[in-house]
Amino acid sequence: MMQRFFFFFLCYNSRGKLIMNILHSHLNPTSPEFQANAEFHRALAQELRERINTARQGGGEKYRARHEAQGKIFVRERINRLLDDGSPFLELSPLAAFELYDSEAPSAGIVTGIGRVSGQEVMIIANDATVKGGSYLPLTVKKHLRAQEIAQENFLPCIYLVDSGGAFLPLQDQVFPDADHFGRIFYNQARMSALGIPQIAAVMGSCTAGGAYVPAMSDEAIIVRGTGTIFLGGPPLVKAATGEVVTADELGGADVHTRKSGVADHFAEDDEDALELARGIVETLNRQTKLAVTVEPPQEPLYDAQEIYGILPRTFREAYDVRELIARVVDGSRFREFKARYGTTLVCGFARIHGYPIGIIANNGILFSESALKGTHFIELCSQRGIPLLFLQNITGFMVGKQYEAGGIAKDGAKLVNAVSNASVPKLTIIVGGSFGAGNYGMAGRAYQPRFLWMYPNARISVMGGEQAANVLLTIKQEQLEREGKPLLNAEEQQEFMRPTLEKYEYEGSPYYSTARLWDDGVIDPAETRTVLALALSVVLNAPEVKGNFGVFRM
Amino acid sequence: MFKKILIANRGEIAVRIMRACRELNIATVAVYSDADRAALHTRVADEATHIGASPPRESYLNIEKIIDAARATNADAIHPGYGFLAENAEFAQAVNDAGVVFIGPSPFSIRAMGDKAHARERMIASRVPVAPGFQDADDDASLENAAREIGYPVLIKAAAGGGGKAMRVVNDARAFLEELNAARREALNAFGDARVILEKYVSNARHIEFQILADKFGNTIHLFERECSIQRRHQKIIEETPSPLLDEALREKMGNAAVAAARAVNYENAGTIEFIVDPDTRDFYFLEMNTRLQVEHPITEMTTGLDLAQWQIRIASGEKLSVSSEQSSVSSLQSPVSIYQRGHALECRVYAEDPSNNFLPSTGRVLDLQLPNMPGVRADSGIATGDEISAFYDPLLVKLVAHAETRDAALAKMHSALREFCLLGVTTNVEFLQAVLAHPTFRAGDATTRFLEEIGDWSLETEDWRLEQALMAAALVEMLEKKVASVEVAGENDPYSPWRTNGAFHVGGELPTDDERING
Repeated sequence: MMQRFFFFFLCYNSRGKLIMNILHSHLNPTSPEFQANAEFHRALAQELRERINTARQGGGEKYRARHEAQGKIFVRERINRLLDDGSPFLELSPLAAFELYDSEAPSAGIVTGIGRVSGQEVMIIANDATVKGGSYLPLTVKKHLRAQEIAQENFLPCIYLVDSGGAFLPLQDQVFPDADHFGRIFYNQARMSALGIPQIAAVMGSCTAGGAYVPAMSDEAIIVRGTGTIFLGGPPLVKAATGEVVTADELGGADVHTRKSGVADHFAEDDEDALELARGIVETLNRQTKLAVTVEPPQEPLYDAQEIYGILPRTFREAYDVRELIARVVDGSRFREFKARYGTTLVCGFARIHGYPIGIIANNGILFSESALKGTHFIELCSQRGIPLLFLQNITGFMVGKQYEAGGIAKDGAKLVNAVSNASVPKLTIIVGGSFGAGNYGMAGRAYQPRFLWMYPNARISVMGGEQAANVLLTIKQEQLEREGKPLLNAEEQQEFMRPTLEKYEYEGSPYYSTARLWDDGVIDPAETRTVLALALSVVLNAPEVKGNFGVFRM
Repeated sequence: MFKKILIANRGEIAVRIMRACRELNIATVAVYSDADRAALHTRVADEATHIGASPPRESYLNIEKIIDAARATNADAIHPGYGFLAENAEFAQAVNDAGVVFIGPSPFSIRAMGDKAHARERMIASRVPVAPGFQDADDDASLENAAREIGYPVLIKAAAGGGGKAMRVVNDARAFLEELNAARREALNAFGDARVILEKYVSNARHIEFQILADKFGNTIHLFERECSIQRRHQKIIEETPSPLLDEALREKMGNAAVAAARAVNYENAGTIEFIVDPDTRDFYFLEMNTRLQVEHPITEMTTGLDLAQWQIRIASGEKLSVSSEQSSVSSLQSPVSIYQRGHALECRVYAEDPSNNFLPSTGRVLDLQLPNMPGVRADSGIATGDEISAFYDPLLVKLVAHAETRDAALAKMHSALREFCLLGVTTNVEFLQAVLAHPTFRAGDATTRFLEEIGDWSLETEDWRLEQALMAAALVEMLEKKVASVEVAGENDPYSPWRTNGAFHVGGELPTDDERING
């Protein structure tokens, strides 16, 4: 009732004119359909929370106890104390390595995310020594590199809380030699430092071999007395190589490095002291971000974010109007739609989220030539105006068939892909439903370098839908049988033939399968969409504005 | 029916009457003093007229100004509420003389019941039981003789008075003359009339009153009793209906006496016959009649389902109560309503007073007011957040009324309502009310009019305790919510950064605190 009242109240602007761009919800939150959806998606969100919460426990009680017995603070608490009081923490991929490595590497043994330290947004990359001693598994490396990539793209100072045994030796072939392996970490540090993106390390545990380069490559480094050690070769290696017997602390402890070697700059009494020193360093960075966009006072949407659970259908077979979702994310539920009557399967328009301007491109059905052209036009507009783009992906693909191929849907799709690739403004992507086939490309999938990409717990990602894939394989099989003059499969045999494909696509299309492999930056609770986007928009605006060109559009 | 009614009152009762008017589609006029310029009753009314300075004598007690206000606004009736001029026969007369309808009894009835001596005589004549007493003469010797005859303790009351003023209990003969003179002085001060009467003082009395409704056609009914034994210095604090003391037989007997008492003065409109009841002998005596709406009328409304304020207006406009022979139904011309008591209702009066400081009136600004909102609870309030509570008027702020199937259920509901009630900025008696409700004597339904003073020390928690709790709560909120996110820093040019305003948001839910982790 109150919501309706405010709705009408807000429909008029200060000049008494009816505001035309407010999204009206047409949903009935009391309908059985809505309730069933809500129950379904709320359960998915609950499952997500439980999984994240489990991952947050790190290596478990036994390793936690051992860790704390050394006077060290658990990684999550380190981050908590490093952050300003009341700062959000936009954690990245908390479910990395989910159900991989025998489920023994929660969060892939490294916690990464963006938080506010001494009033500035920073990237925090922190080893969890309770997981395999903090050593780098292949996905640990991938997660570390992704965090650095985000930091570099968004000009975020990096704070490394180092507590790691270095590369995970049994899998050395998957962590050491290739371009996107361990060495890239230090390359990134050097490049970022050169770009003026501060690199700060606090050594709060061991920091061995290649790992020693993290503090060494940093602009400023802190080391904790007693627990922090930095050396290229540890005591066992030294003994093996030279016969010298030495303790870890003598070899590379806080005293050595801050008094004799100069490998570290600041001596910290304990973890807490080190975190306080890190906060102090951030205070001295003397950075000022210039907002390249206009901001307005934020307004809450007119509709409750919790209602998003009731909007999303339970299967991809049912359609819904994506404007219902937009109405629950953007400021004042205000959405100035572009080309509303043209190419209607792609919804484009301008809005604000938490005061920041944003151009939204959202699927509302399968992509046709017109939708692709409209999306291309809209991306050009946002690029010209310097407005960040948000892609809400729910796409089964481009339209197929003789008529459409003849109409040149491939070249129109290519225009969209071209525009998405070359857009100079920050892109944010959320996969809110299906992400299948070429639709993923046109809607800024992972390969198109969005600054962030998240998935909803109900999302699915694969080269095509499981049913389509199974049907394609079935058709090929039947043709083959026909050629060979063999009897075709009957209905029951067809089901049996398709089943493994369906199961494989269902399993591999899951957002947890995706997030475990770092194909995204995390699975988010749909009800938190607005907050996540607001924080991310603030983050992307740290980077200086760049202008770019688009490639050749095939006409 | 009236077109517009002026309410010659303030506070919760003025608001209550305005609501009744609105439901009857009658326009309302508020009158207000300097102190009440922004008061709730001034804002709730359709129109409001300023009638003078803050002291009541210059505004709410000023007959001339109120009648002028009624004339100026074309009001065709005046509702006096309770207190102020509600039982002032001169006022009722002046209203009638001005050609405006007085919503209440005739000046004759007010006068007849207002004079305690005459009222006693009339009651005796109508065979309504009165306490042994004396009202025939006013000289010292006759009174002293009479007191001896009645037997001590005796009560000296102002003949013209009411509301507990100039009332004195004398326990033995030696103190009589001294108390008599003191009572006369007080009576003269309070009522401009030094005459007194004597009555036998029933020390362990229960105060039980009957609600009367009478129309202009001689139909007089009662709407059962209210027990108001919980009093402090003759000021009622907690009222309830039905009375835990009465049984059907006594109820019927007292109800009949109440109707007879009202008929004895040709009473019309709403009124209340107060009795005192000796719980040991179950004898009851006429105490006085209140010729107006009572503060505690809501509990009768809750148990009978009738709207007394509306009935006052309907009766004054000439509507007829059609009453069956059993006196058990009342009707407008269209629809008869059976009258019976349904369930149990309690009222607690929330006063702006400080129980830990001898109940001295407290003042201040209402910083926050949250009224309980639950089934069966009614809050009649005359204040709103932001209002200034001054020392000029009665300290009654809010009446909380709870209605439930049984007395126990009503008590539980009232406790719950008091817990939910929140008024910041002005000290109230809410904790005192809680303590009284929780007392075994009250719970057993055995409290007499002397109950509160007999207990004496209610050992309420002190202010220090509350302050400490409040500070701890505030500190906890600050710590747990962390809403005060990091402050703006130099060089920051994003005025609305979501990093400052979203609290400690974490992807996938808040992080458990250290304590939660350790304990669970």
